[in-house]
Amino acid sequence: MAFVQNVPFFSIMLAMFSGIISSVLPGKIARRLHGVVTTMIGLMSAWLLVYLWQSDIGSYVFMMGHFPAPWGNEIRAGVLEAGMALFFCVIMLLSVLGGRKKRFDEIEVSKHNIYYILTNLLLGALLALVYTNDMFTAYVFVEITTIAACGLIMIRQNGRTIEAAVRYMIMSLLGSGLLLMGICMLYDLTGHLLMSNMQESVTQIMEAGTYSIPMLITIGLMTVGIAIKSALFPFHAWLPDAYGYSTVSSAAILSSLVSKGYIFLLIKIFYRVIGFEYIAGSHILNILFLFGLGGMIFGSISAIWEKDIRRMISFSSVAQIGYIFMGFGLGTEAGMIASIFHILAHAATKSLLFVAGIGLTDVSAGSRSFFDLTGAGYRNKVAGVGFAVGSLSMVGIPIFSGFVSKLLFAEAAVVDPSWRMFPTLIVLAISTILNAIYFLKTVLRIYTPESAAVEEEKGFYRITWKEQKWYAFTIVMFIVVNLILGVTSQPILEIIKEGLHNFA
Amino acid sequence: MFGENLFVNYGEAVAMILFGIGFANLLFQKNLIKKIIGLNIMDTAVYLFLAEKGYITGRLAPIVVNGVQDVETYINPIPSGLVLTGIVVSVSVTALMLSLTVRLYRRYHTLDLDEISARLRKEGL
Repeated sequence: MAFVQNVPFFSIMLAMFSGIISSVLPGKIARRLHGVVTTMIGLMSAWLLVYLWQSDIGSYVFMMGHFPAPWGNEIRAGVLEAGMALFFCVIMLLSVLGGRKKRFDEIEVSKHNIYYILTNLLLGALLALVYTNDMFTAYVFVEITTIAACGLIMIRQNGRTIEAAVRYMIMSLLGSGLLLMGICMLYDLTGHLLMSNMQESVTQIMEAGTYSIPMLITIGLMTVGIAIKSALFPFHAWLPDAYGYSTVSSAAILSSLVSKGYIFLLIKIFYRVIGFEYIAGSHILNILFLFGLGGMIFGSISAIWEKDIRRMISFSSVAQIGYIFMGFGLGTEAGMIASIFHILAHAATKSLLFVAGIGLTDVSAGSRSFFDLTGAGYRNKVAGVGFAVGSLSMVGIPIFSGFVSKLLFAEAAVVDPSWRMFPTLIVLAISTILNAIYFLKTVLRIYTPESAAVEEEKGFYRITWKEQKWYAFTIVMFIVVNLILGVTSQPILEIIKEGLHNFA
Repeated sequence: MFGENLFVNYGEAVAMILFGIGFANLLFQKNLIKKIIGLNIMDTAVYLFLAEKGYITGRLAPIVVNGVQDVETYINPIPSGLVLTGIVVSVSVTALMLSLTVRLYRRYHTLDLDEISARLRKEGL
């Protein structure tokens, strides 16, 4: 076994242990430790990705502990997992960097190291979700992710965030309760906890034609559980408060990483536990499809009505999660690839929008109202450019990442025609127009000049990139990530395709 | 005959009913403490389900004391292990929820989540 194959294990352990060590470190050192550890894990994941891409092994299984397959615990890594781990590290690093200044204002100094415990634990849990090959381990790490995310929301102490954290926890716990029940029932049906062994048993059960109703209920429980946790349309009530009032790094991490970790687990369940042919034949995907379409429309409409810019960006997340589940609902491999690409595109864009949005509200005397943002793009030029790029990407303008995913969704709907084709195309068009309305409206607003007298009266100020070098660097890096996803989408799609083939 | 299996597996049926009760409590109760009680009922129902599935009538707990290593003697130990892990998870989640409840109660002197939301809207924070 090549040494590089230890990377998944090392990354999870490194993230977990640095979280534990952060509890006794002062805030500043904990911050640096977080930066170093995340960079290291990112580099190691890139190494693993290159290794797996060049070699012909495709994917491999890493035995945890000293017990072989049916009894022990396993980690499994392929190109898709390594790519996801790399991407999560990049977004995590940039999100934490972008909200750096804001955290000093919003979090008590004595609690700064706690923030990095949470981010490290979150990263470790997300990596474990990406790599694990064991369903019960996945459940445990889903719960760790939930607890860490709840901490990230409530670390900014005011009534709003605590209420948002409580609502987040309640919905998440309902979701994980359903997921746990589903996993337990699946264990009873198959007698295994490892994904590959489960799939063998599931195939046998399917071929024998027995237990069809329990199987359907099991899949339904797990799917609905994860849909609730990742805020699919009818279950999204907790989302705007949780993303809208937490500190900006938390909002960026929650929207771009936490929900994506759960969705990645769902993809693994579809491909590696149940088998995609069976999933595509069941009616579960129709439900996901309809809810996804509903989310695409409803999230955008709510965003148009919203006058608070942070909540507007949050409602846009509901719409984008709808896109992802709509892609699942198409029930084809092309739809799945489009969804996975949209996971990347949305994560890169939404964290950019949150980080840029905070720069705009800061120079507008902290007011989050849409009307106070007039001319904010001139007061903080870097944030203005970042927000404009993010908006264009979300709307789907070419060369940005959002365009590629919309193109892929439309292609996936047309290539394999079914009754789903017309609803997909129509809703995609409507949703794009709605996106354009609220995002471009905001971009126009921030580039409408405000008179100097009004600016002075309201206490607005100007800030150049030299006064906020780290922030400017973060925005530029986010834009670069967005452009990389938008321009070099072909190799990334190859990786996704190869990874999905290895899944089955 | 329909319902025959239901009677044989009444333990699982009870677990499912309890799960439903806990789920509904967690979702619909206004009082935060009652929500947490619902959460615990829901989790306990899952453990009952697992224990019920792992137990085989007439067999012993899987602890070797008298040198008998035959598989036929013992029950399946894995569900018990899963229950233990699940208990750890649910204890930590419950602790977190209770601490959040204490925070909210100190601020707003009520346990009614809807009333807290209404007051937050009035504050306009």
